[in-house]
Order: sequence, then structure tokens, then C-alpha cells
Amino acid sequence: MYNFSYQKVSSIADAVDAIQKAEDGKFVAGGQTMLPTMKHRLASPSDVIDLGGIDELKGISVDGDTVTIGAMTTHAEVAASSDVQGAIPALANLAGNIGDPAVRNRGTLGGSIANNDPAADYPAAVIGLGATVKTNKREISGDEFFTGMFETALEEDEVITAVSFPKSDASAYMKFENPASRYAIVGVFVASSGGAVKVGVTGATACAHRGMRLEEALNGNFTADAVDGVEIPIEKMNSDIHASAEYRAHLVKVMTKRAVEACS
Amino acid sequence: MASLVGSRVERKEDKKFLTGKGRYTADITLAHQTYAVFVRSPHARAQIKKVDTSKAEKAPGVVAIFTGKDLADDKIGGLIAGWKIVSEDGTDMKVPAHPALATESVNYVGDHVAVVIAETLADAKSAADMVKVDYKVLKAVVDTESAMDSEAIYKDIPKNLCYDWLLGDRAKTKEAFDSADKIIKIDLRNNRLIPNAMEPRASLGDYNSSTEEITLYTANQNPHLTRLVISAFNAVAPEHKFRVVAPDVGGGFGSKIYPYAEDVVIAWAAKKVERPVKWVAERTESFLSDCHGRDHVTHAELAVKSDGTVVGLKVDTIANLGGYASLFATVTPTYLYGPLVLGLYNIPAAYCNVKAVYTNTAPVDAYRGAGRPEATYMIERLMSKAAMELGMDQAEFRRKNFIKQFPHQQALVHNIDSGNYDAHLDKALEIADYKGFANRKSESESKGKLRGIGFSTYIEACGIAPSAAVGQLGAGVGLWESAQVRFNPTGNVQVFTGTHSHGQGHETTFAQLVTEQLGVPIENIEVIHGDTSKTQFGMGTYGSRSLAVGGVAIAKACEKLIEKGKKIAAHALEAAEGDIEFADGNFAIAGTDKTMNIAEVAFNAYVPHSYPEGLEPGFDENAFFDPMNFSFPAGTHICEVEVDPDTGVVEIVKYSAVDDFGKLINPMIVEGQVHGGIVHGVGQALLEGCQYDSNGQLITASYMDYAMPRADNVPSFDVDYAPTNPPHNPLGVKGCGEAGAIGAPPAVINAISNALGIKHIDMPATPENVWRAAQTATS
Repeated sequence: MYNFSYQKVSSIADAVDAIQKAEDGKFVAGGQTMLPTMKHRLASPSDVIDLGGIDELKGISVDGDTVTIGAMTTHAEVAASSDVQGAIPALANLAGNIGDPAVRNRGTLGGSIANNDPAADYPAAVIGLGATVKTNKREISGDEFFTGMFETALEEDEVITAVSFPKSDASAYMKFENPASRYAIVGVFVASSGGAVKVGVTGATACAHRGMRLEEALNGNFTADAVDGVEIPIEKMNSDIHASAEYRAHLVKVMTKRAVEACS
Repeated sequence: MASLVGSRVERKEDKKFLTGKGRYTADITLAHQTYAVFVRSPHARAQIKKVDTSKAEKAPGVVAIFTGKDLADDKIGGLIAGWKIVSEDGTDMKVPAHPALATESVNYVGDHVAVVIAETLADAKSAADMVKVDYKVLKAVVDTESAMDSEAIYKDIPKNLCYDWLLGDRAKTKEAFDSADKIIKIDLRNNRLIPNAMEPRASLGDYNSSTEEITLYTANQNPHLTRLVISAFNAVAPEHKFRVVAPDVGGGFGSKIYPYAEDVVIAWAAKKVERPVKWVAERTESFLSDCHGRDHVTHAELAVKSDGTVVGLKVDTIANLGGYASLFATVTPTYLYGPLVLGLYNIPAAYCNVKAVYTNTAPVDAYRGAGRPEATYMIERLMSKAAMELGMDQAEFRRKNFIKQFPHQQALVHNIDSGNYDAHLDKALEIADYKGFANRKSESESKGKLRGIGFSTYIEACGIAPSAAVGQLGAGVGLWESAQVRFNPTGNVQVFTGTHSHGQGHETTFAQLVTEQLGVPIENIEVIHGDTSKTQFGMGTYGSRSLAVGGVAIAKACEKLIEKGKKIAAHALEAAEGDIEFADGNFAIAGTDKTMNIAEVAFNAYVPHSYPEGLEPGFDENAFFDPMNFSFPAGTHICEVEVDPDTGVVEIVKYSAVDDFGKLINPMIVEGQVHGGIVHGVGQALLEGCQYDSNGQLITASYMDYAMPRADNVPSFDVDYAPTNPPHNPLGVKGCGEAGAIGAPPAVINAISNALGIKHIDMPATPENVWRAAQTATS
């Protein structure tokens, strides 16, 4: 780790002010990716601005058909929340299976989606549930938030404040874990509402994406069998020592089928 | 006093370990301590044109920077290969120079080039970044199989070949093959593993300018050998001015048997800077620079008669040594491997040819089982394939070929002293409910899963080792063990052992043994190891030797104490020595109620106010034990898996192990060793695969990519025993530390092959590989 300046801010305005003044500043939420990266000297921000002291970024609320989760809410809090368990149980399950207990107790929703690791779990839910990402500047639809590998629609001084997840009739998340890291090799979040199906896929490509072909097949025929005939193109699939593009494409279908089965 | 031998005594050492009070090398901080960081090669193969430390030397906090030239100027020797292997053509093995800091070339990513010593770790790291090494990068040799056809890494080692070794009789084997009805062939890889001890390696050097003694604290399994090697070959300090302390050590699995370059450099540097120097490996350094394990490519053939009698075996193996020949690297794929290829079968004719090659990868050395897992995997895969091709039952085909009479002189080296292989096979078949397998398979099928059962009937040679035998085979050392058992005047006991405990529970097992021998309460016994200034010379812990060799030395020292105690008691009780009997901690005049407790004898021995001439004071004895033979633990492991054909995920649903370890001193500790060993084996079979890219960069250099087995990868094991008594071992023990890692890999792979109905799948059987095999099998 290289030397850096650290400041803990108590308001969004202070956070924005701090990052604008920093030479090469970074916000830190739970730090579960950023701190190991800094320890390995792979990142060397001049300033680390800790969002942990901003109260308005924390907490979970349910309003009608929408569950709103503050950006600094930890995975463990989401997993344990009776509100989330009641409204969108698949989301609570997803949060409860991220990383290990240490990661879940420090890692946050906002940190996860801002980092946009191609194998992170939350992005699949943000897309699959058609969530809205709220920032200090605007609201961004889940579909438009994730723009590329570790890239998002966020601007440098933009802070995620919360994510609003609409309830669905049924939803499920199925993850095929990397045997080493336990990140998603492929994770598929399926949600069905009033006959309309959304599919969020993570792990498979540069960043989480909507499974449009899968949605097309499942709209009107929300059964596992409907997935059989879908062709998943392998060109954009990730390929590494754990899973080839072909295997990942296959797993996208298998995990989708299992998610659909779990919805019933 | 009730005997504690055979009891599940809770581990004396667990209190400190479970409450975070273990004291590891990294926990030791000395006054005026400095911190070392090693500058390592980013290239797999390169010439070093220049090492420029000028800018780094001016960096804040830097105390000193040393390179290979500084070591050479001080005539510090390089690392050695400790076991000479002779090729089939009679030529000696070829070993490249292995300087503790590279001088001319680097030969794997992570090779040690310079050391930066600074006031703080951060200073040392920053300065290390400023050391400029000018490399001429050369094409790396990475692949085991093609290494002999690649450019020579060292100009005087053609074909990158260290040796081309033969064990056995080619002509006799050919005759056997000519007489066979069927030849079963297999090609397999034994995957390269990275040891991943929980505690990374660490070294702390301290020089006392008053006594001119160097002390090296190091995470090591073998402190006396480390001292011997660093004294005799690296010439850092003479043995009597060099103390090596291996304090609590968090796992070794073989990777900490030998001194590493860092140990040599840190010990030497502490004297150079006259301040303590500490180095603790970061996890990535461990991945890159700990010696790796396994890495064989093997073609083997089994000659069988149509009735299932095995008549011959041919084994041709290429073993990857990595960039240099590490201390025990040359013996691991030869004498620890070759003799074991016969398994526990009566195979009258065989040969094993091993070509050991250098590549630009981390050095490979002994790793839990060392050679025996590779041999067992080969023969047990081959036996399974043979049973499959002959249409015979897996259990009965094995049983038919078991060695049945003991002692049994095998066709290659070993004389097996004891065993009853039917006994452990029968018990395992029962525990595994082999008869019910067909039903369970149908149940799995109804859930869309493929179920398979796999056998591994293994043998290993441990209790390493008879010095005469290993000397004849090229060892540079004897492999006896030592003990000293010392009564203090107040009656408590210190047991000094030359072995080293780094997770094995010696502090408990050895104390149980002494309690049994001397009748001293276990809480009054302290087992001391790991410090060359405290304990007599010993040979350390590896090869499941500590109890089978070191335990016997302890028992012999106890016998000497009893003999001496009889003399003292006779004097004190005014009886004839011949009338004194010893039992349960008391010396008694036979046929009377006059007794003297051993603690009283001890006190008497240190207060010899009226000793007659010839009766020596003191109650403190030492003993050395050199075994007459290896010990031969054996067992049957049966693994049952369920494969999800849609994903290729393998679930181990049942695992049964019945082992013959001889007599058990502490069944709980033995069970722990078996469990840990099986998990190691399951890791190799399903998860762990070290991978380098074609440039020699380690791809699996962190836990993000190197998959270690976890609790959810294994079921609750069914473990039992079928002991036989080894006549060569006075305690009747055989050793248990490596058995699981030896027995498990073929059991798992045989089960997967059985589930998919395929002839072979290489390790690690990752989900994708299994999925692909399932596709091929069903199409």
C-alpha cells in the first residue's frame, strides 16, 4: 500500500467537495475490493474519501411496491432485513450469499454496483428487477447503469445514494460459483411481474447485462423448458481458466432454467 | 494409572492455538529489528545484465541492499540438491547452480534477485521498487511434457534433463508383457499443486556480536537439518555458532522441510547489518516461491492374464523439477515414487523410468505424500481401468492381486513387513455399503444425477527411514531420530524430540507415550522441539516419521531411565537391583510393599548424598533410533460421487476410509490427520491446479484463481481402522500423516470415471472438464 490521505465525511456535499479537491481521489464504501487492490499496490489514490459517516446513505425502506436500499447498506443488513425478505426474498438471498461473512459485514450495495466487477452478484438483481439507481445528481435506470467492465454511468463526483427495487410476482437468483473465489462464473436473476419477465445475467460477459433472448422466450411461457431452444451467443462471453465461453453460455441457460424453476 | 495410549486425549497445544496465543516467527519482534523485502524476477527466464541498486540505496529508511555479488564476495554457497540420483546409463544427475540471490540468470517468476533491508516494511517495499534489474528476457520452458524438446535452460544440461532413472528390470518386464493376455494402458497427469500452508514462510535473523552467534527463527519443519545445510553448504556460520529456532509453525505439508534461499540470506544479512532482519512472505510470494508439489506426466501399462492376474507393469514418467533442483526434489520422483508404483499388489515384474526435467517454473519438491500420491494415483487409476476393461468387479479384481503373505519382497525395493489387505477392503466395503450402491445409483438417476463409486486400495512407505537403506540409494543424510527425556528434580518431565510439530499434535501424542512408559501424569510432561539450542540433533518431521521413528527414540530413552531408576531405587530401598520391578510409575521391591515413585527417584538422583561409587547422579537419558525398515501403512478408500451432468459439478456424497496404521496412540489426532489428508486429496482431485501461461507467468497466484478445498467440498467422512502389527517397529506404529492425501485422489477420480462411464479424466476434475466429459460420454 502506498501513502494516501484519508478523510471521513458526514454529508454528500462534503464528499463531493473532497473529491473535487483531490488530485486523484476515490470514494470508499465498504472497501472490500478497493482496499485489497491498494494493499497490492495496484491502486494508489491520493485521497480516500470514506462515505461510511453519511447517515442518509444507510437504511432500508419499503414504500408500496418499491424497496429502497441505501447505498451504504451492507450485504449482511440486506440479507437479514425482514423488509427485504418479505418483499423480494431473492434479493435477500442474493445478499446473503455474497463472498464470506467478513465481506458481507463490510461490503455495501453502493460499493458493489459502483465497482461493477463483472462477476459481482448485485448487478444481476439491479438489472433483473429493473431497479433504479439514485445518485446525488439523478436517477439512472438499472439497464443503463452498467456500461462495461468496471465501468458505470457514474461521473467522477457522483455518489450513489440508494437503489430502488420494484417488487415482482416472483423472482430468483441462481449463481454458479467460481470454485476458487466463489464469485459468480455465471449468475442469473429472473423476475416475473404480471407476465413480463426480466433476466439479469452476471459473470458471463464484461459486465452484467439483460438476457434479452431469454426474456423473449420466457415472456408468455414462464417455464424452464422455454429456455431450451434459446441460443446464447458465445462471442461476448468471458473465457478464463475456470470456464470457457462455451461453458459459460451453457451455464447461462442452466442457471436461468433453475431460476425459473425456483420462481414457481 | 489408566493407560492413555489409545485414548482420545484432547490436544495439549490446542488451548494456545485456539485462543490466538501461538507464537509464530512473524509474531517475534526483536529490538532494533529491520525489515527485508526480496526483489524477485518478473520473468520466467532471463539473463541478468545488471542490478542497479544506486537509487534504491538512497531511498528513505534503507539500511542495506544486497545482491548475489555480495553473497559471492562473502563466499556464501548456493542451495543444494541433497540426494544424488544416478541415471540408467550410469551418469550422475545434472544440477544447475542455485545461488541464494541470482547472479547470472533467473529461472522462474519469483526467483530471488536482491534483498532490501530497511527500517520499516513500507520503506523496504518502496526501495525494492527502485532496484533496477536489467534483464535480457529469454524464451521460457514451461511445459513438463515438451521440456526435453525445448531449448536447454542451462548450457551444460542438455535436453533440460536432470536424470533418466530406471528402477526395475526391463527384460523381465518385457517377458511378463509377452506372456500377458491383455495390456491396459493409461496416460495421465499428476497436477502441480501449491502447498498453501496457513502460515506463510517467514525468517528472522539475529546476530549476537558478543557470542558471534547467529540465530535464525524460521517457519520450518526441520531446524537441525536447516542449520546443518546452511552451515555446511552455504557457509553462513559454523554449526556451533548458529542456532535455528522453528517456533510454532502453521502447517508445512513438506514445503517447509528444506531451507530456502530466504533463510540463507536473512541469517547472513543479520550478521552483515548487525541488526535483526525479518522477512515474512506475502501470500503471493508463497504462491510464487514456495516449492510446489507433484507435476508428473505418465504413461503406464499393465500386463494382465484373462483371469485378472496382473503379471507386469511398465511406468514411464516425466517429472517436472522446476527451475532448480530443490533439496529433496530429486528423490521425490525416484525412490519415494518408483518403488511404490506396485501398490499393494503382487506384481512379479516391473520397471519405472523417470525423466526429471528442468523448466522455468517454481522448484518442485516433497509435498504431503511426496512421490507416493503420484505412484498411488497411477496404479489405482490403472487398476480401475483394467477392471473396467476386463469386466471385473473393482473390489474383487484388486483383492485377487493383493499381496497375501508377509513379509513380501516386492519386485522393486520394498520388503513389506506386515499387512492384511483383505481386512481393510472388507471393512470398507461394509462401511461404504457397496451392496447398496446399485440402488443408490438408481435413486440418483431418478433425480437426473449420475452416481459413481471409486476405489483406492493404497500402500505407502513411511516411517522414513533406515539410514543404511537410504544411504545406499544416494541420500546425503541418515534418517534416524533422537530423543532426550529429562526428569527435573521436582519430578516433572521434559521430552526433547528431534522431530518438529507443525500441526501434528506431537505435544500430546508424545506425552501420552511417556505417560504410558513412565507413569508420570500427562500434565507433568512437556514436549520440547524446534530449537537447535534446546534439543539434541534430530532429523525433523516429514514422511509420516515422527511417531514411527521419533516416538521409538522417546520410548528407548524412557527404557534407559527405567533401567537407571532401578539402580537408584535399589540403593535407596536397600535392595538388590535385580529385585526391583517397575510398573505404573513405581519402583518396588518384588514381593513387598516397599515402593518408590519415579518422581522420588528423580529427586534422589539429583540429591545423591550417599551414592556409592559407580552410581551416577542425574535422571536424564537420551536415545537415538534408526529403523530397520520403512513402515507400510495401507488402506482402502471408497469414494461415492454424484455428478450433475448439466453443470459438471461433482458432489462427494460418501467417503469411507479404512486404514492400517498399526497401533494408534491418540485416535482423535489420527482421525484429524486422516480427515485433513483426504481433504488434501480431494483438493488435488477436484479443485487444485497450478497453471502457468506459455511465458511462465503463474496464473493461479492467488486464492481468486487457485481453488483450495473448503468444508463444503467434502462430506462427513466414515473413518475406521484395520490394524496389523509391524514387526520392525517397537511401538507397533506405522504413521498416518500422509495417508489421506495418498489414498484420496484416485478414489475420487475413479468414482467420477465410474459415474460417467468414461476411461479417464485428468485432475483437477473441474466442473467444466467433467461437463465436457459427460457430453462426450452421453453423445
